[in-house]
Amino acid sequence: MAEYKWPPMEQRKLMGKRIARLDGPMKSSGRAKYPSDMNQPGLLFAVLLTSPHAHAKVKSIDVAPAKAIKGVTAVRVISGPGTEIQWAGTEVAAVSAVTEEIARDAAKAIVVEYEVLTHLVKEENLAKVGPRAKAAGEQITGDPDKAFQDSEAKISGDYGIPVITHCCLEPHGSVVAWGNDKIDFWPSTQAVSTVGGDLAKLLELPATQVKVDCQYMGGGFGSKFPADRWGAEAARLSKESGGRPVKLFLDRATELTIAGVRPSHFAKIKVAGKKDGTMTGWQSESWASGGIGGGGMAPLPYVFTNIPNRRMNHTQVSLNAGPARAWRAPNHPQASFLTCSAISDFAAEIGMDPYDVFLKNLDLTLRADTYRKQLVKGAELIDWKKKFQLGSAKTGNIRRGLGIGIATWGGAGHASKCRLTIHPDGTVEVEIGSQDIGTATRTCITQVAAETLGLPMSAVKVKLGNNSYPPSGPSGGSTTIGGVSSSTRKAAVNALEKLLEKVAPGMGVPPDQLEANDSRIVAKGNPNKAMSWKQACQKMGPTAISEMGENEPRSAAREGLNTQGASGIQMAEVEVDMETGVVRIVEVVAVQDCGLVVNPRTAESQVAGALIMSVCSALMEERIMDQTTGRVLNADMEFYKLAGLPDVGKLTVHMDITKEHDSRGIIGLGEPCAIGGVAAIANAAANALGVRVPMVPLTPERVLAALANRRNA
Amino acid sequence: MSSSNEIPKDQLPKSAFSRRSLLQSAGVSGGVLSTGLLAEDAQAQGAVAVMSGEVEITLDINGKKRNVKVEPRVTLLDALRNRLDMTGAKRVCDRGTCGACTMIVSGKVVYGCSVLAVDAVGKPIQTIEGLAPEGQLHPISKAFVNHDAQQCGYCTPGFIMATKGFLDRNPAPTVEQIDKGLSGNLCRCGTYMGMKAAVLEAAKEIKNG
Ligand code: FES
Ligand code: FES
Repeated sequence: MAEYKWPPMEQRKLMGKRIARLDGPMKSSGRAKYPSDMNQPGLLFAVLLTSPHAHAKVKSIDVAPAKAIKGVTAVRVISGPGTEIQWAGTEVAAVSAVTEEIARDAAKAIVVEYEVLTHLVKEENLAKVGPRAKAAGEQITGDPDKAFQDSEAKISGDYGIPVITHCCLEPHGSVVAWGNDKIDFWPSTQAVSTVGGDLAKLLELPATQVKVDCQYMGGGFGSKFPADRWGAEAARLSKESGGRPVKLFLDRATELTIAGVRPSHFAKIKVAGKKDGTMTGWQSESWASGGIGGGGMAPLPYVFTNIPNRRMNHTQVSLNAGPARAWRAPNHPQASFLTCSAISDFAAEIGMDPYDVFLKNLDLTLRADTYRKQLVKGAELIDWKKKFQLGSAKTGNIRRGLGIGIATWGGAGHASKCRLTIHPDGTVEVEIGSQDIGTATRTCITQVAAETLGLPMSAVKVKLGNNSYPPSGPSGGSTTIGGVSSSTRKAAVNALEKLLEKVAPGMGVPPDQLEANDSRIVAKGNPNKAMSWKQACQKMGPTAISEMGENEPRSAAREGLNTQGASGIQMAEVEVDMETGVVRIVEVVAVQDCGLVVNPRTAESQVAGALIMSVCSALMEERIMDQTTGRVLNADMEFYKLAGLPDVGKLTVHMDITKEHDSRGIIGLGEPCAIGGVAAIANAAANALGVRVPMVPLTPERVLAALANRRNA
Repeated sequence: MSSSNEIPKDQLPKSAFSRRSLLQSAGVSGGVLSTGLLAEDAQAQGAVAVMSGEVEITLDINGKKRNVKVEPRVTLLDALRNRLDMTGAKRVCDRGTCGACTMIVSGKVVYGCSVLAVDAVGKPIQTIEGLAPEGQLHPISKAFVNHDAQQCGYCTPGFIMATKGFLDRNPAPTVEQIDKGLSGNLCRCGTYMGMKAAVLEAAKEIKNG
């Protein structure tokens, strides 16, 4: 039975090292071809016509004017007469033409008559949503009423975090060509091995006919798993245009309107406890919406799951607005924001440093020791104890404050298969139906394979991004790194074992006494008995060695290559201007555990990126709906704001790399680091202002309103 | 129709009501535009009827003359991406906000989505493809790799061209100047931490060049 477990931390030569992203040069020279760059010969351009109404019935649709335009190759009706539209931006028709400009003209020429129905697009005020609210039940643990009656201190607060979009810089879409016996599909996707089957299903074709290729993709964050209706329509336009390739990518306004959102979450929260900071009771009445399907309850109370007495009520609100998709750590940033805000307000109420209150209550969490160490580390990095001052004690126009957010995530590896081939000339290739969505997956797989075979990075060619390779799971839920590293490790160990069997007789050493090291095959404990990798491979004869490796989630924990359970804390320092209401980031600190870290450099990049996303969500990001027209008011990047370089302050990333964490195996990172930042920043602002701004993003308007409320109170 | 194609980025119209969106007759249906914009949109449709029909133009791209047929409403970015297979510059906001389409025209940094192709005739155009010969890396690109200033990489070519234009003007910047100088570009993955270090390193490399 092959031994798959990771080599000991101190013996690793490539894993755990700060290796530069392998596809960095392709990206930074502009030569990387993204799906939206696939200019296939004879390319046609497709444009969608979308609904201007949030809720309507299509009465009639006349595509003749579009068909009459010279250069138009096909027109398709997507929402025919009788279709009920549930959100503005819904796809109504699609046109392909020889130029993009003609396709736009043609889409505009289509005449649609709607019967406009009443819509609801805003959920901030629960009293105004009427029958769109659906109670999702009550959960009670312990005796919350008694806990509140008996409590020495309690708070009650309102908190809200609005819908935000993914705003991937490469919009959703694909280039697709419907040939005689196959469909070539170049989607911008997070799911190379499943998106072809998804398209086949939409087109009612055998999955074997769809060939998927996606070498690079410009961001997904959870929104790019399906083939999507627009992918299927692009394929049909291709078919109706004689099989010519069709490119259909959403324009920015449509992207921000229908390509996915993170649900909102609002709550009235009460916390009860003792004057020493111990929390004894929690009550939340929450509501949320992620579009027509409503919005489930975030995991409340977050991390501090064992507050003894709890009552949670939740209401789902159905809106006529673009639907939710998974958004980096679904429901966790909202839960962290709501919970950590309420805890910090409880601390302020009893005049305690929230850092001490978080520490005091760690036994209510499932990983008290890890969080304790992380909080201590974070406090040291941001110099918490020296800087912290209660909000009530602050004076002056420019004030600084500190805040904490906390995170938990699973992150076990997904199902993944990998094939590793050693050729007789000594070259090595790895084939895996995974994808590199900017997370350096390509680089990490190469590190694992090269480490296992005792070769340099340059000796291993990793091929991914194509569904002809062995299937690997979609990149969602921080499952990729555990999955692909484990399957690659096993494939490499299996292939190496075969190679050692071939060379053992000639070396006069049993195969299990041989190892691969420094591009050589060496007898264990006898470095003089060795041959070069190349010589060894020549002994295999003309047929390559090609072996599979598989990560099977159910047995993965037992094997120890990957596991779940990442913890992290974020701390922020902000500066507020009491006159203008402007909140500025001074520093954000992340302390993050994710088990064995394959590449600390790219891992740090991912964490820093998550901190920046948190800055966006805490200070500027919000999808703004207009109840009168039912549309997104800021469906552009001018008014749908993202942080730029000057907005992010100092970012400090501490990867919690220890022998203890390392021994747990690999755990995913993408989600856990994207959770606590909003809470940390919102709490820092509350500390600086001495008053809670109930809703993020912390726009000057909201900050000034919160200050005015306090003055009037 | 007269316009300058040399507007430095920081002076470009910062709103969706820009001249170009009128000219280009945006493909967006009324579905997502505010009422005011709808009126403008209708005007734009009128404009299109007057302006359709392709013309052949010659562009001077990275020192090479390239002939291309475009309608007058086609942006320089779309001419490059859709007609000349030069896809390094990306189309992200298409409204002069994000910088993904950044290129250098007549020595000035511009958003390719906010310049009409016909307005670029006779002007030297430099794109990411022309920054270094195939197989080689410009010091700025190299510094971005060294400091991992990229994740998905979709914003990267734009940032690199913006950095090129910025360092041409300011060869020895401070971090504060970098923040400001590159604030016309956006990254969604959040690569700014590595980027600041990368720009500092690139400046040094170019100086010692
Ligand atoms: S695409 Fe030109 S600035 Fe965004
Ligand atoms: S690296 Fe993905 S948008 Fe910048």
